[in-house]
Amino acid sequence: MTTEMKGGLDRRSFLAGTAALSGALAAPGLLRAAPAPVKIGLIHPVTGALSYSGTQCRAGGEMAIADINAAGGIKSLGGAKLEAILGDSRSKPDIGAAETAKAVEGGAAGIVAGYASSITLATAQEAGKTNTPHIVDVGVADSIVERGLKNVFRFGPGYGKIAKDAVAALDEINKAAGSPAKTVVIVHEDSAFGTGTAKLLASELPKHGFEILKVIAHPTPTRDFTNIALQVKAANPDIIIPANYYNEYVLFARTIEQQQIKPKAIYSVLGGAASSYKFVKDFPKAAEGVMDTNHWFNPLSPLAQARKAATEAKGLYYTYEVYLTYNAVALLADAIERAGSTDKDKVIAALNSSTWDKHGMPYGPTHFVNGQNMGAQPVNTQVLGGKIEVIRPAQFASAKAKFPLA
Amino acid sequence: MLNPTILWPAILNGVTTGALYALIALGLTLIYGVLHIINFAHGALLMVALYIVYFLFRLFGLAPYLSLAIVPPVMFALGYALQRGVIGRAGHGRDENILLVTLGLSIVIENLALMLFSSDTQTVETAYGFSTVSVLGAFIPVPKAVAFVGAVVTALALWAFMSRTDLGRAIRAVAKERKGARLVGIDVDHVYAMSFGIGVGVLGIAACLLMPSYYVTPQVGHGFILIAFTIVVLGGMGSFLGALIGGIVIGVVEAVGGLMLGESLGQIGIFAIFILILLFRPQGLLGHRA
Amino acid sequence: MKRLFLLLALFAAMALVPLVVRSEFWLNVCILTVFSALIGQAWNILGGYAGQFSFGHALFFGVGAYAVAVLQVHLGVNPWIGLILGAAFGAGVAVAVGWLTFRYGLRGSYFALVTLAFAEVFRILANSTPWTGAGEGIMIKLSPRPSMMQFKDLGHYYWLLLAMTLACYLTVWWLDRSRLGARMLAVRDNEDAAAAIGVDAFAVKLQAMALSGLFMGLAGVFYAQRYLYLDPGIAFGPTESVEALLVAIVGGIGTLFGPLMGAVVLHALSEGAQVALGSLPGANMVIYGTVLVLMVLFMPRGLASLTRPRSRRKGGRDA
Repeated sequence: MTTEMKGGLDRRSFLAGTAALSGALAAPGLLRAAPAPVKIGLIHPVTGALSYSGTQCRAGGEMAIADINAAGGIKSLGGAKLEAILGDSRSKPDIGAAETAKAVEGGAAGIVAGYASSITLATAQEAGKTNTPHIVDVGVADSIVERGLKNVFRFGPGYGKIAKDAVAALDEINKAAGSPAKTVVIVHEDSAFGTGTAKLLASELPKHGFEILKVIAHPTPTRDFTNIALQVKAANPDIIIPANYYNEYVLFARTIEQQQIKPKAIYSVLGGAASSYKFVKDFPKAAEGVMDTNHWFNPLSPLAQARKAATEAKGLYYTYEVYLTYNAVALLADAIERAGSTDKDKVIAALNSSTWDKHGMPYGPTHFVNGQNMGAQPVNTQVLGGKIEVIRPAQFASAKAKFPLA
Repeated sequence: MLNPTILWPAILNGVTTGALYALIALGLTLIYGVLHIINFAHGALLMVALYIVYFLFRLFGLAPYLSLAIVPPVMFALGYALQRGVIGRAGHGRDENILLVTLGLSIVIENLALMLFSSDTQTVETAYGFSTVSVLGAFIPVPKAVAFVGAVVTALALWAFMSRTDLGRAIRAVAKERKGARLVGIDVDHVYAMSFGIGVGVLGIAACLLMPSYYVTPQVGHGFILIAFTIVVLGGMGSFLGALIGGIVIGVVEAVGGLMLGESLGQIGIFAIFILILLFRPQGLLGHRA
Repeated sequence: MKRLFLLLALFAAMALVPLVVRSEFWLNVCILTVFSALIGQAWNILGGYAGQFSFGHALFFGVGAYAVAVLQVHLGVNPWIGLILGAAFGAGVAVAVGWLTFRYGLRGSYFALVTLAFAEVFRILANSTPWTGAGEGIMIKLSPRPSMMQFKDLGHYYWLLLAMTLACYLTVWWLDRSRLGARMLAVRDNEDAAAAIGVDAFAVKLQAMALSGLFMGLAGVFYAQRYLYLDPGIAFGPTESVEALLVAIVGGIGTLFGPLMGAVVLHALSEGAQVALGSLPGANMVIYGTVLVLMVLFMPRGLASLTRPRSRRKGGRDA
């Protein structure tokens, strides 16, 4: 009994069953004899520790589907509508894998998943078993695209690229100001994302002549940052580089303020709150002047601005989870459109030859090499006058960097 | 790696942070000391209290410290009702059922919060949120200084309550000898519910003092539950002054451990102490041998 | 013998699942269920039979998982050998923890809390040691060959897990009729009385720890090979600890079939809640928790008590 045999035939018969079950949803379409909907699995951690980000991701994915349907669906399939199969990974990799299998079996033409790197590794692997196209929405660990799975595509940048860009940009900003900064302290959370980022930063920074005084790892959650702030204060660096999640970032920023630490810059790399509207709104004073290297939309793109307005109209913040997942879904839809089919191999081929540019991101047209979108890059933002401005790269900038702060 | 100039501020910070931990552990130690149950819903109930503080602030503009007049009584009522209506009925004389029911409650409470309030991080911004007081050259954030005082006062008040009032004496009688207490006419179920209620009410105090320097999400309790257990064991299960001292010890160990080993590995100091205390002095620092 | 027959028949029927259930999704649900049944039974050996409640069983799970992963990634040890070593490490760590804690006479909630603390210590250590991959976690290379204990066919994973689980349930069946099992029950019901009639409670509890740790370790090996990625939170976090005790207690502790029933019911509940409530975040878990509470209120002896009106367990322990 070989896998290939078993997969193909029986999945289809199961699919028929599922379709009957979800008849209620599909019924209006069927009555008008419209083309069968194209299903997309959105697997996100909407409960558990990562539920905030998971919910934001899901919102982004659902908005993309609504927009594409409103614009006439997949035209090459006779205007077939997109339909989400929603999955909750409960912030756990094994559940993420199970939900992926469920979506694939429910007839998903592709999977958009993960958010966290650990969960994305599991969902990508599971989708790989059936060669189902899998778009990584956020998942920044480079191992996700580097383990040889042919079905995996990442639209956004990985942390290798982010760390490299972050250091190069810091160097540029520093030099433009006459190189006032020489020393840095890195404060990072101690799971995959923070540790991986910090490791890459620690190898890149010395290449540009920065001296790393201290690398401080802390768990998530960390209840109190005073101790860390004290160590930063004692080291007295020119620049503080935090890489952690939202809650910890907020506490850390507060504590820096309380302990009266005044570095030349707080320069985050994938800072949990540094380029968050919520943080800027809730703590305008602590946020002022903070720089970040992070996922960001192209502020000069009318498309991105329109989507931002639409998101805010729903009472949501336009966070990286929203636009990255939105674009992951739209990218998949574009591939299906060009493939003119939901055949998995054809969609994967279409993704590999993708030159899609309607994303409103500072990326240029997509170009995939081994599943990674080569044009993907982070940008630098800075909170200036209570607004989050893009300060680099120059062609996307909406303001000039303010450096040094003190 | 130990830098002497920051040792003093770090220790002072450990003391104030530890007092906050103690405040959360006080209710837990009361519940354990009287009902002999390990309350896994403690973290979830702390979260509920924090949300009440948050919404009082957001909707009515009530400052967290003024919420002290509202949140502890509300939490007391919630605790009393939970013990009377659910937890007390679930035991059937078996420890594992209590464990399961408190676990089940925490799942329900946390996910209800997720449904109702979403998982957004919520904070309150107060005028004193960023202010500090200087103690011998170290900056102590005002909210933490207040929390420290609050913890000491609460621990002393609980201690006085237990030794000076009729209800306190009844609680102690039930804790020691349940059957005997029933024989002399004490309504044991009521006393249990009062104890649970007071334990949860103290969480209300903790929430009012914690909120100005922290945040609330549906999962916020997770970060405190383990450390609260550690403090309860360290101080001796059922001992309020033990919990206060235990909390401060843990706060200082965490601070100094963090300085010497780094914040991640430094956490190991807490659990090392926990294990050593359990092995060599299971009655805790101030507990009595059973 | 009747129980053995029932057990073997049940597992034989379960072995047919991949042949009948062709849906990857349902097979996955079956895997998650059998996995719960395995760790629930592993917990049950120590908690249900020997009466030592552990809150930190993820410790042995994590040790087994990291053993197979680290040996494979750094030393090129074949995972099939890793399987044996993972189980051995699980048992070894369990004995070490047991030796330390039972020697100092820790019982009841003190024992429960100390296991929790040990799991945390291991989590923190795994987070700080380079050869476990520290916070970044450790990834086993994708290499879907049976010789590397990676299968293209989900059914093969299922059978591997089922074999581990059968071994565990056979062990418990044997315990039920062995002297060791009888001694465990004696220690559970009254340790001092057991000692008075000449039972070496310390040795009995250590043996329970060893068996319990061994099967948790096996479960860890399975997890590592199935998902190929571990980080300290996955391995030593509270998830597996809670699941193990939940399954066993809901099913009925100290019974052979309890953990299996608990696993089936809890997974059915979890799937059912999701189907019923769909995509509203948290709603499914609220139902799950509520049913859990109701079960304790109205079924205080676990599911196994439904099948046997007169439980062998001593009832009404005074708290």
